[in-house]
Amino acid sequence: MPNIIVLVKQVPDTNAKIVVNGDRVDLSSVKMVMSPYDEFAVETALQHREAAGGEVTALTVGGAGAEKILKDAKAIGVDHIVRVDAEGEMDSNALQTLIARAIGELGGEVVYCGKSAADTGAGSTGPGVAERIGWASVSNIIGAGFDGGVSVTMPSGGGNAKVSVPLPAVISCDKGGIKVRKPNVKGIMQAKRASVDVRSIEQIASSVSIVAHALPPAKPAGKSFEGGASAAEVAKLLRDEANVL
Amino acid sequence: MTQTTVIAEMSNNTVHASTAELVSAAIALGSEPTLVVPCTDASQADAAAGMGAATVIAAKSNAFTHYDAGGWAAALDAVIPQGTVITGASPQSKDLAARLAARRGISVVQDAIAIEGNTITSPVYSGKAMQTVSANGAVVVSVRSNVFAAAQGGASDISVVDTDGDVATSVQEFMARASERLDVAEANIIISGGRGMGSPDNFSHLEAIADTIGAAVGASRAAVDTWEAIPHSMQVGQTGKTVNPNLYIAVGISGAIQHLAGMRSSKYIVAINKDADAPIFQHADYGIVATWEDALPVLHQSLKGMMG
Repeated sequence: MPNIIVLVKQVPDTNAKIVVNGDRVDLSSVKMVMSPYDEFAVETALQHREAAGGEVTALTVGGAGAEKILKDAKAIGVDHIVRVDAEGEMDSNALQTLIARAIGELGGEVVYCGKSAADTGAGSTGPGVAERIGWASVSNIIGAGFDGGVSVTMPSGGGNAKVSVPLPAVISCDKGGIKVRKPNVKGIMQAKRASVDVRSIEQIASSVSIVAHALPPAKPAGKSFEGGASAAEVAKLLRDEANVL
Repeated sequence: MTQTTVIAEMSNNTVHASTAELVSAAIALGSEPTLVVPCTDASQADAAAGMGAATVIAAKSNAFTHYDAGGWAAALDAVIPQGTVITGASPQSKDLAARLAARRGISVVQDAIAIEGNTITSPVYSGKAMQTVSANGAVVVSVRSNVFAAAQGGASDISVVDTDGDVATSVQEFMARASERLDVAEANIIISGGRGMGSPDNFSHLEAIADTIGAAVGASRAAVDTWEAIPHSMQVGQTGKTVNPNLYIAVGISGAIQHLAGMRSSKYIVAINKDADAPIFQHADYGIVATWEDALPVLHQSLKGMMG
């Protein structure tokens, strides 16, 4: 029965307006939620447990404020919730090293994560952690099956491929056809009482540091037209002015 | 400046044209880059000559038959000298970039849209903000397409190096896409529909235009969530695909922040919406206030005439 770990990250709600104060993004008045793709990772981890047994541990890195998303994962049905205590910026090397060390402490045969976090959009954590712990990895899966091992569906060469994945492995999840379950009242009550396993793990230094955040440059006002017939004029402009046809 | 290596962007064992943009990005780092082509047959690297790199290396291995992150990273690590590495920013290349960086115990910076010496700028929060970082030492950098001009010239001589890596995963079967149409992530022109299209059947009007101009058909999250017939693979936006085409045509899409996050960096944006106050118009180069029923037939006829 596999020990299943699912990586979750707290990010600003994807509908939130992002504000830059000075030269840093200011998230002080933004609602924080579990990164949307991580919800698919939690769901896939729970389906894996239902098919193969074992236990699911949700793992996050952050300050005490990040525990809300662990409770959300608990309410949906994970068995254990773990927070590696860390604050401040880390580059991918430092963050992945920390997560790899945490996975080493927890022990496991399979790690699920979202294909990317909604804040950085990088998608580096899954494959990067896999390399550091010497596991196989597949990314951006849109479905998974657990009949005699793990097989996943993922985009490949202009279509999709069904790929068998030997464990241990790190699997990053896209939305695809994965339907996420909602917490029930019992789950929410259990989550309230659940205690978070907080761990302190040694970090390494970062060599990539943030210099500045800025809002994207504002776009100059475009040309506006009224009525469907003006589409002919716009088509001409696309060819002659924008040169994109 | 340390040595910089560019890994060619590969698509079904062919060197993708955007590789020449990666060479430009490497030059922006202040180096004379070496271009490495992961291939199963050295002749696949021929197309990399003339893409601006002084040296082209065909890294030949059976490990490159199908994409396997661990196998590719190991096989490339064996032939790429220490120093900064540049890759494309397709989902596969970002995955490879992360795995290769981890293998070398260095950091990865994804989705670069500007490079100046050791400072690199990427969109974060799905393009709602830009982040500039400073890299102290070697890094792996993935570079967005359609940002740098393609480099030209150079390299008449291609050397072949055999390499290998352990492939862990195995492909059981391929499932071709039902449609021959391009995926939004690969297309230079995208025409997308939102809930304003009224029903999924009406997407056929978008498809007809897409076929005329060689575009991909996309959709807003509202459309994907509302209609089962519109798959998530078509979704452009923060929880769908982030796209960067030359031309993005938004039809019946109001322009929720979620959607803008996935397409605002498109070079030209056309919006067709019956609501003159729709936020999408603030981002459009050409905005048409009209119903799609009125505008699309005219647009299609005009485009047909031009393409004819």
